[in-house]
Amino acid sequence: MKVHIDTGRCMGHGRCYDLAPDLFGEDDEGYGKVLGDGTVPPGLREQAHLAAANCPERAIELAEES
Amino acid sequence: MTTASEPAADPAAVPHYPMERAAGCPFDPPPGLRERQRKGPLTRVRLWDGSTHWLVTRYADQRAVMSDPRVSADVRRPGFPNVAPLPPDGASGLSFVTMDDPEHRRLRRMVTAPFAIRRVRAMRPAIQEIVDGLIDDMLAGPKPTDLVEAFALPVPSLVICRLLGVPYDDHDFFQANSKTLIRRSIAPERRAEARRALLDYLDGLMADKLARPGDDLLSGLGERVKAGELTRTEAARMGVLLLVAGHETTANMIALGTLALLRHPDQLALLRESDDPALVESAVEELLRYLTITHVGRRRIALADLEIGGQVIRAGEGIVLPNDIANRDPDAFPEPDRLDLRRGDARRHVAFGFGVHQCLGQPLARIELQVVYGILYRRVPTLALAADLEDIPFKHDGAVYGVYELPVTW
Repeated sequence: MKVHIDTGRCMGHGRCYDLAPDLFGEDDEGYGKVLGDGTVPPGLREQAHLAAANCPERAIELAEES
Repeated sequence: MTTASEPAADPAAVPHYPMERAAGCPFDPPPGLRERQRKGPLTRVRLWDGSTHWLVTRYADQRAVMSDPRVSADVRRPGFPNVAPLPPDGASGLSFVTMDDPEHRRLRRMVTAPFAIRRVRAMRPAIQEIVDGLIDDMLAGPKPTDLVEAFALPVPSLVICRLLGVPYDDHDFFQANSKTLIRRSIAPERRAEARRALLDYLDGLMADKLARPGDDLLSGLGERVKAGELTRTEAARMGVLLLVAGHETTANMIALGTLALLRHPDQLALLRESDDPALVESAVEELLRYLTITHVGRRRIALADLEIGGQVIRAGEGIVLPNDIANRDPDAFPEPDRLDLRRGDARRHVAFGFGVHQCLGQPLARIELQVVYGILYRRVPTLALAADLEDIPFKHDGAVYGVYELPVTW
């Protein structure tokens, strides 16, 4: 699984890096950013779902790798 | 999967909502909600107008509903579970809180940047200065004193005034009208008057900002009015929302949180004897979870059939989501009724709601509470209640829970 932030939608609420700090960080403006290449290790899948479901702008996309 | 249904035999058996708290347990949600939570994922409740709706009490189910795009927060939809009569002119005055996308999104995006974490963190020194100054004034004044009046209300009022560009000198006016606006026991006509007074006031302020813009949020909205992105009425409504939500809620968390700590001296001692920011942060989250002051629940109406906890809510049915009981769900928080400032995962709470409508001002509220809880009890280590708990007036009739007064001494 991979996480992706739609930067056109992100408004910088910061819920993703608050709830899933192993997957997301913040840029200089406080907007969310994906750490590394966004690959979600098996143990962090729940964090990824939590962040995606909790984003007020629905800016986080989860993609299953084929 | 079964279709949720309630035996129609005895309508009197459907309990009223909001429910009453137990005597002597002012920090705990009503016992009726706990019973319902044990009973099952979906039960029925009856509102003031006799209408019945689904009650969702469990943490996981509430999060599922609140983050589902197939529910609406529009209070004007027929069948919406309103906890009080709508104002006579039908407009809610709550701006984007009671709108759905795309209107909700259009308006909310105009004010998200000023409340973003990084922007709000930059306000910390200014907030610290306000808090330090109010503690100085309180300590120099007479005792006992009312902590609400002397401290809990001025802190967030001064902060939100500065952020919005509202003159603090008008605080008596907007505080009194905000209090009326959200008090359910006050007649709808008087609440509507209070709302109109606030709208007129904000509309007047918008006129000032359009003529003489400053470096504040309302002036920013003024720019959008000039650019034709927003009407002046929409801007004034948003201003009312931000002003009311920006001071009432945090004020209640400060006063009620202090009372809860005074009643849990071992927990208060942790804050009094520590300057660890991590402890203060977790204390803020735990008090938000434990107290969950938005105690009339979030409400929604289903736009399509939804499956919740293995049952179906049909399109057009109302849904009541009391966040206070979800934050005491034993499946989400072990020993949920214990106030434990060192609880590791309290910040998963739904005290700010969840999903697209979750509180816009939560980064600001968090910083304000971190500054307050981090310094008040260290600067006033002998802080004590100056009344019996039974004599403290609680806001049982408010849209936001708290205390009307908190007599303290030191």
